[in-house]
Amino acid sequence: MEIPAIVGAGLVVIGAGIGIGRIGGSAMDAIARQPEATAKIQTAMLIAAALIEGIGFAALFAV
Amino acid sequence: MDKLINDFSVGLFFWQSLLFIALILLLKKFAWGPILTAVEEREDGIKDALEAAEKAKAEMQALNADNERILAEARIERDVLLKEAREMKDKIVNEAKDQANTEADKILISAKEQINNEKMKAITELKNQVADMSIDIAEKILKSELSDKNKQNELVAEALKLTK
Amino acid sequence: MNIKTLIFTLVISVFSSLSILAEEHAIHGEKDIKTEIKETIAHHLMDSHDFILTHDLSFPLPIILYTDGNLDIFSSANFHHGTTSHTVNGRTYSLDHGHIVEASGLHPIDFSITKNVTFIMIVFLMMLIMFTRMAKSYKKSALPSGMGRLLEPIVLYIRDDIAIPNIGEKHYKKYMSYLLTVFFFIWIINLFGLTPLGVNVTNNIAVTLSLALITYVLTTVTANKSYWGHIFWMPGVPVPMKFILAPIELLGTIIKPFSLMIRLYANITAGHVVLMSILGLIFIFKGWIGSSLSFGLAFALALLELLVAALQAYIFTMLSALYFGSAVEEHDDH
Repeated sequence: MEIPAIVGAGLVVIGAGIGIGRIGGSAMDAIARQPEATAKIQTAMLIAAALIEGIGFAALFAV
Repeated sequence: MDKLINDFSVGLFFWQSLLFIALILLLKKFAWGPILTAVEEREDGIKDALEAAEKAKAEMQALNADNERILAEARIERDVLLKEAREMKDKIVNEAKDQANTEADKILISAKEQINNEKMKAITELKNQVADMSIDIAEKILKSELSDKNKQNELVAEALKLTK
Repeated sequence: MNIKTLIFTLVISVFSSLSILAEEHAIHGEKDIKTEIKETIAHHLMDSHDFILTHDLSFPLPIILYTDGNLDIFSSANFHHGTTSHTVNGRTYSLDHGHIVEASGLHPIDFSITKNVTFIMIVFLMMLIMFTRMAKSYKKSALPSGMGRLLEPIVLYIRDDIAIPNIGEKHYKKYMSYLLTVFFFIWIINLFGLTPLGVNVTNNIAVTLSLALITYVLTTVTANKSYWGHIFWMPGVPVPMKFILAPIELLGTIIKPFSLMIRLYANITAGHVVLMSILGLIFIFKGWIGSSLSFGLAFALALLELLVAALQAYIFTMLSALYFGSAVEEHDDH
């Protein structure tokens, strides 16, 4: 039995979702700990999230 | 992926690239350049103004401190001056008092002397006058007494009686 | 713009999108509703040679074709929305699912002013007028006036929070024009995509490729020695590792703009697909409760898309700045 590619894409999206969730959560923690560094943390968070998102999209378009 | 490649439109890519690069170059010349320069100039202006204000503040503070110092000095000086003046005043007053006292004493003494002198003079004069007057009176009485023979006799008799 | 106007505009745009769907529905009533919604979405995502506002109101756009060394220019009105073919200079063209094909099997290259190109031009003119006017207002006084008051904080944000921290105080100036232009271009054109005009320029891979390619070219052209040194001869690692790392690093430089391209394209496409699918649910539910629920969801999603429009512009600019920063960074620490 062959597993359809869309299932793989779904798995990648789950992975990417968990990854972005973790980034967001950690960023929240970091902001709570150091509210004065909010701007820097947000920038780093967005960059990291954007990179993971790129992988997610790559998987979707590979289908 | 195939869909992406199929959807790729050369025309759209061409127009997008052409228009976008033209937009960057045009905006760079006519918008971003002037805008960023103006903003930078303004920021520099604000920075300069702030620095100048800071400087003025520091100067003001220095000036204030100076003023304070000068004021304190002046106050001390004033106190010293006042003290001196007070002392001087006391001295002068005391001196004046002493002087006045001695003067007054002197005057008093001389006045007393003068009074005494005058009194003596007056007394002597009075004495002389009284003597003169008594002589005059005596003379007058004698004259009147001696003008009448009876009386003269009587007087002689009386005087004889007394001398007896 | 105050929040009331914003919400009002959103409601209007959601309603207008609805009306487009509703009209399509009314005309092809006999087709299966699900297939029809799918077709409408697919049609919406595609570029077109006419600028269709409603079924009654559409503008023909010029078609420019480069076929076999010849340039053929004619109006898209000749196709009558793809129902007829048109012959020019002995070549017969017809419209097949939005693509122009030549009858005798020649492959025309399509340089037409399509709907998307029209909107790129509109945004081009808009930005040109907007920002040159803003620049002029600085000549009168040091403070911005009118539009400038809204735009200046954004310009300053890009300079102070995107360009300077990522590129560095020393080199950031030469990239500012590109960063500002790309941010405002993506943002404005994304916002146009949310209006009921039915355009979506940034969900074309050609557009995002063009943008990402400019970032790539700028990075490559302005890169210093140390950037190339870190790619081909990574300092501080053993020699055999250097041979392994070089191709990986080289691939990395291509993956970076590729991810820029895909990210913008996919975000905007996904946003449009989801928004239109939820609007389509209204016609599937056909009920009072389900339809109002879909409307509420679509409204919330439209708000989210408004955020995404700005966020994608921000991320594109931010990552471009990051790549530029890595190109001009001076590694003297190791």
